[in-house]
Amino acid sequence: MRAVEDAVGVQIPENARIIRNLLHGAQFQHDHIVHFYGLSALDWVDVVNALKADPKRTAALADNVSNDPKGGTAYFREVQQRIKTFVDSGQLGPFANAYWGHPAYSLPPEANLMAAAHYIEALRLQAKAARMHAIFGAKNPHLQTLTVGGVTCVKDLTPDRIAEFLYLWKETQDFVKNVYVPDILAVAPFYKDWGGIGGTTNFLAWGDLPQSAKEPESLFLPRGVIMKRDIKGVRMANPDKVTEHISRSWYKDGKARHPYQGETRPIEGDPKYDTSDKYSWLKAPRYEDQSCEVGPLARMLVAYGYGKKEVVDVINGTLQQLNLPAAVLFSTLGRTAARALETLVIGNAMEPWIMELVGNLKKGDAATCASWSMPKSARGNGLNDVARGSLGHWIEIEDGKIKNYQYVVPSTWNLGPRCKNGKLGPVEESLIGTPVADPKNPLEIIRTVHSFDPCIACAVHVIDPHSNEVYKVKVL
Amino acid sequence: MKEEKEFYERLEKKGVSRRDFMKFCGMLTATMGLSSSFIPKVAEVFAAPKQRPPVVWLHFAECTGCSEATLRTMYPWIDELLLGVIDMEYHETIMAASGHQAEDVLHSAVKKYNGKFICVVEGAIATKYNGAYGKIAGRTFLEIAKDVCPKAAAVICMGTCSAFGGIQAAKPNPGGYKGVGDALGIKTLNIPGCPPNPINLVGTIVNYLLLGKLPALDDLGRPLFAYGKSIHDQCPRRAHYENDEFVEEFGSKEAEMGYCLYKVGCKGPDTYNNCPIAKFNDGTSWPIEAGHPCIGCSEPDFWDKMTPFFKESE
Repeated sequence: MRAVEDAVGVQIPENARIIRNLLHGAQFQHDHIVHFYGLSALDWVDVVNALKADPKRTAALADNVSNDPKGGTAYFREVQQRIKTFVDSGQLGPFANAYWGHPAYSLPPEANLMAAAHYIEALRLQAKAARMHAIFGAKNPHLQTLTVGGVTCVKDLTPDRIAEFLYLWKETQDFVKNVYVPDILAVAPFYKDWGGIGGTTNFLAWGDLPQSAKEPESLFLPRGVIMKRDIKGVRMANPDKVTEHISRSWYKDGKARHPYQGETRPIEGDPKYDTSDKYSWLKAPRYEDQSCEVGPLARMLVAYGYGKKEVVDVINGTLQQLNLPAAVLFSTLGRTAARALETLVIGNAMEPWIMELVGNLKKGDAATCASWSMPKSARGNGLNDVARGSLGHWIEIEDGKIKNYQYVVPSTWNLGPRCKNGKLGPVEESLIGTPVADPKNPLEIIRTVHSFDPCIACAVHVIDPHSNEVYKVKVL
Repeated sequence: MKEEKEFYERLEKKGVSRRDFMKFCGMLTATMGLSSSFIPKVAEVFAAPKQRPPVVWLHFAECTGCSEATLRTMYPWIDELLLGVIDMEYHETIMAASGHQAEDVLHSAVKKYNGKFICVVEGAIATKYNGAYGKIAGRTFLEIAKDVCPKAAAVICMGTCSAFGGIQAAKPNPGGYKGVGDALGIKTLNIPGCPPNPINLVGTIVNYLLLGKLPALDDLGRPLFAYGKSIHDQCPRRAHYENDEFVEEFGSKEAEMGYCLYKVGCKGPDTYNNCPIAKFNDGTSWPIEAGHPCIGCSEPDFWDKMTPFFKESE
C-alpha cells in the first residue's frame, strides 16, 4: 500500500494516518502479547511443575510483583485445579511430549503457576484486543480497510466506535502494564545467564508510526542502523543499501540485487538440502553487505541510541531494577525484554492519537481517503516496521500494471541463510555457543529461535561438537 | 436436576461460568441455523465429555491466519475450547513441543486415534515435482496428507488455501499447489475464507458432536448453514444497490453515506458466506461495514477470478 502510494505520489489525509497508526499500534500490542505468552512462554515456564505450587504463596508472589486485578489464593487454586483436571484427563493436547522437568527450567513452582495463570489470561485478552482491529478494519486477522490513498472506514468514525476502541486499548494496556511487563521482571532474575546467550551484531530498523506527513523525521519508532553493537554510533538507514543474495538459496543463480532489480526464480525440481551449497527458501538480505537483526530489539536499540526519551527511560529503569549492565541487551533475554518494553512504549503513545482523531472530527475534518490517479509508469517503496521487524516493499509500475514487486520481510532478515560472502544470517549467528544440556531435547536452542518470533516453521540444524552428530530440529 | 447440577459443576471445574456458557450456546445454535430448542443439546456437547474428541491440525502452505482466526474465538473462548471441549493433539503453532518431540506427537496421535480423530487442514499442498516445494521434517506435504487424512473420521479444510488452493494456487503457481480434496482426490468438508470466521469451524464441530454427522454441504463441500446464501442477498447495503446508489470513489460523499460498493469492485454477488450475519471478532464488523468491498475471499480461485479487487465486475 505504502509502496504504491509512494509510486503514484498520493499524500494520505491526517485521519487516515492516525487510524493506520492506531491499527498498527493495536497490532503491536496484540502480536507481542500472543508471541510472549502463546508462542514462547512455555520455553521458560514448566506448566506441569505448577501443580506442585502452593496457591497461597503464589498469591503472595503475584501481589508482590504485579498489579493484576486477578489473583489471590482462591484464584490460583482454581487455576491449579483446572490444570490438574486437564492433566488427569490423560489428554495433554498442546502440552503433550514437551520438555517438562528439563534441567533448563529454573522457575520455582509458584512462579510457574503464576505464569501459567497469565498464559490462560493472555489467551482471552488477545481475542478481545483483536477487536480493536475489527472496529476500524472489519476483522482480525487480515483487516480490510486499507486502500491506496487512505482508509475506507469513514462510517466507523463515530463516538461509540471510538469509545469502544479506547476501552479495548485501555484493557489491553492495563494487561501490558500490570501483567506482561511485571512477568518479564519477575522471570528474568531466574534466567540471568540468558543475558549472555543468543546475541547478534548488527541491527536495522526502518521505523514506523509517522507523527506527521514528514518521513522519516516524524517516525515514532525511528529509522536507523547500528553496526557492531555500537549503539551510540546509530545512523540513518538508507534503503538503497539493501541487497538480497541467493547463492545459498533455492533460486536460480544470479547476482545479489537491490529489490528494485530483484528476481524471484525458484529452482524447478526437488531442491536438495545441502549446507555446503543451497539450503533455504529464504533469500539472504544484507545492508551494506552485512546481515542485520530486525525486530523489537533492533528498534529499541536504535531508539535508545538516538536518545528517544520514552525508550531510554524504560530500558534504563529495567536494567537498574534487574541490576544488569546494558551489554545484556544483546541476548535472548534482551530480545524478549525489548519486546515487552516496546509494547509498553507504543501502547502509552496510542491514547494521544485517539484524542488527536477526536480533535479533527470535532473541527469537522472527517477526510479519510485522498484521490489519486495511476501514472503510466512509476516506482516506489514502502518502508515499515511491523511486530516482527523491518518490512520493505518495492514496486515498479508500467502501463498501469505491476512490472516488478519485491518485498523483504522481517523473517527473511532474521532467518535468512548465508550470503555469497559466507556471512551467517542473524539466527544462525545467535545460536553459536548456546549451551545445550541434552542434545536430544534442545530446549535452549528453541528459546533463542522463538525469541526472534519467526514467521516460518524453519529447519534449524544443530551440531554437537562432541559427536559431530547433526540433529535436525524443527522449530515450530 | 442432580445431573444438571453436576453438569455445571464439571464446567466450573474447567473454569467456565454458567452464564457465559449459555450465551455461547445460544450464539452457536443461531449461527448453525438450529431452533432455540437445541440450545440445551448444544450445551450437552460441551458438558465435559469423558474423552474430548481428538483433533489433528495439519499446517501446509499457509500464513497461519486461519489458526490465528481460531484463536480469536469467543464462543467459546479459545482456552475453553482447548482445555475443555476438544483435544488438540497436534497443532504446530500452539503446541509446546518442537522438532522430534512434535513429530512423535503426530505419529502417536494418528496411531492411537486411527479412524476416530478430526483432521483439520490449513494450507495448500504442492503437487509439482512430487510435492517437492513443501516439506516438513523431510516429508512432503503430499506424503503427510496421504498418510494422515485417510485415517481421520473427517477432514475439515480450514480456509481457502486448504479448501481450494488459495494464493499458492494463483497464477503462475510454480509449485503446482492444490486444495486438499484436489491433491488427494478425496471429499473434504470446506470452510473457506481468508481467514474464515471461527464460528463456522466451531459450528461444524458442534454439529458433528451433537448429531454424530457432518452438517449438510453444498457442491463445493461447504456447510450450508454458513455458505448457503450470497453476501449480496444478506447485505445491509442491498437497498442502495436496488436504488442505483453507488460509491464510485473512496473518501467521497457517497462513501460517507454508506452506499453500495459494487462499482468499486464489491464481489458480494458472487460470494457465498455468512459474513453480514455472523460478522467477525464477536460481531464487531465485517468488510462492507468498514466501507471496503468484498473481495470474494471464500470463493475458489479468487486471486485469479476476483481481481482486480477494486474494479467493477464485468
